[in-house]
Order: sequence, then C-alpha cells, then structure tokens
Amino acid sequence: MNGVFVVGLIGGAVSLVLIGELLRRRQLREKYAVIWLLIGLPIAVLAVAPSLLDKAADQLGVADPVNLLLFLSVLVLLGVCLHLSWECSRLEEETRSLVEEVALLRHRVERWERR
Amino acid sequence: MTRVLVVVPCFNEQASVGRVVAEVKTHLPEADVLVVDDCSSDGTLIAAQAAGAEVVSLCVNLGVGGAMRVGYRYADEHGYDVVLQVDGDGQHDSAVARPLLDAVANGADLVIGARFAGTGDYDVRGPRRWSMRLLAAVLSRRTGVRLTDTTSGFRAASPRATRLFARHYAAEYLGDTIEAIVLASKAGLVIEQVPVAMRARTTGRPSAGSWRAVLYLGRVVLALVLSSVRRFPSQVDA
Repeated sequence: MNGVFVVGLIGGAVSLVLIGELLRRRQLREKYAVIWLLIGLPIAVLAVAPSLLDKAADQLGVADPVNLLLFLSVLVLLGVCLHLSWECSRLEEETRSLVEEVALLRHRVERWERR
Repeated sequence: MTRVLVVVPCFNEQASVGRVVAEVKTHLPEADVLVVDDCSSDGTLIAAQAAGAEVVSLCVNLGVGGAMRVGYRYADEHGYDVVLQVDGDGQHDSAVARPLLDAVANGADLVIGARFAGTGDYDVRGPRRWSMRLLAAVLSRRTGVRLTDTTSGFRAASPRATRLFARHYAAEYLGDTIEAIVLASKAGLVIEQVPVAMRARTTGRPSAGSWRAVLYLGRVVLALVLSSVRRFPSQVDA
C-alpha cells in the first residue's frame, strides 16, 4: 500500500463523512448533496483502483493519466460553480420578488391601520 | 377621467423628493403620487410622506429597476390608465409631462421623454456621449422607432406596458432603460419618443468622471449584447 493510495482514501473518506454529517444536520439540501456524492463516487473508485485511470488515459490517447484526472476535475468544478451561480441568480430573483411583495403588502396594511 | 399614477423611485433623495412631489401635485393635480423608497438611509421616507405622497418602502435596496417594478405592480393592481415615471432627484420637470400623458392617451404604450430631441439645454460629452449615441442607434434600429435618449427615466406607460413591466421588468443594471425598451418592443407594444426639456439635477452629483464613463460604456455594450440574445415574452400575458 503506497502513500498516494492512503492520501486518496483519506480524502475520499473525509469528504463522505463531511457530506453525510451536513446532510444529517439538515445543513445541506439533498440536491447539492447528490451532486457531491456523485462526484465523490468516481474519486473513491479511482483511489481503490488507480489502474483504471491509466487504462482510460490510454484509451483516450492522453499521454499522462494525471492530466486526464486534472482536466476532468477542472471540468467538474467549473460545472459546480456554474450551477451555484445559477442557483444564486434564482435566489436573488426570488428575494427581489419577496421584497416587492412585502413592500406592497406593508403599504396596504399601513393604509388599513390609518383608517 | 384617466387615472394617472406618478411613480417616483428614490434612493437617498431627502433634499429633492419633497419638491418633486409638490411639483407633480401642482402640474398634474389629477394624478396620484407613489414614492418608492428604495431602502434609503436618509429622511426620504419622511420627506415624501410630508409632501403628501403615498410611500412604499423596500426593505432591501433593489435599484431603479426593482423600485419601478413595484410601481408598475402597484399600478396594475389598482387599475391606473397611465404610469408616469419621474425621478426623485429633480431632473424631470413635471411641468412638461403633459405631452407624455397625451401620447399614451393617443395609443402609445411606452413613451420616452427625450433630452436630445430639440428642447432643453442638457449637455453631455466624452465616453458617456458615445454610449448614448450607440444606444440610440442600436435601439432605434431594433425597435423601428427613432430614439435619441434611451436612458431617460422620464417615461409614461400604458396599462398594457404596465402589465408587462409589472411581471418582467429587469432589476439589473440598465434593466430599467435598455431591457425595458427591448422588452416592450418584443412584446409588440407601441413605443414613442417625445422631446422634453430636462434640468440638471437639483441635488447630488451626476455620475460623470471619465473612468466611470468608460466603465459605463462597457456595461452598455454588455447590456445591448445580452438583450439581443435573451428571450423575452412575445406578447403581454392576459
């Protein structure tokens, strides 16, 4: 058992525990947890069987397997960031609608109270 | 009798809002005045109430786009025939607003009071002027109407435009000017321009400065590109 294997395993285990704990405490909505678990799964597989990465790189014609791994990681992280920006935009739009609604309702209530 | 709602979006305009409201009441006595206080930290709210306007207060600062959508929603809910936007900083003179209201009465849906259309002596130069030129050229082409002052906030809207804006008015930067025009145009509304004289702001500093003007030009280009690829509703929903 070499060092890389251990590092990978520990990294995977820590993320799994962290996600599981956040989920358990209701700090993480399941739709986000699912994303991270889906990302964690291939990582765990690769940690256990690193030779899979070599085979994949060979099939795709990537000279250095590590490059394939890094490329895929960047791609996945980009996707996650994009997803968060999208969620953020939606939240802002929702907040805006709520602020408008509250303002109009408050105006209505105050008008009633003045009568 | 047409019911007119004058919407005054305000962000920290305590020095001018009282006068703006008073002027509207003098020149457009039949109109109701709604001040939308965009989370001001000064005495805007009190000044507006003291002047006798209805005031809606936002608890989060949303920008002009957000403030105006509240105004349009209010107008839509209360069934007004015309919504006139007058900025709270005092640069719009309600004494010359009548032609805007008349244009709506004559069938226009979105009427823009334009500065560079012959009357008044409002002057701008440098990158800011280029921005306005660019906007005018692009939006005139896209709407098929000659528009010279597309960022003017001195506007009147028909009930159809009001209903559209109540739902789709963008809160983004320039969403209240560029996107609103594209939105109206794509929905098949009638856009018209009316020349008006405007005053320099009575309070506060105009956002000049060449640095900021260049930045502004960049944002204008971005907003134009975005508005050309974005999807907009093709008609006003019932």
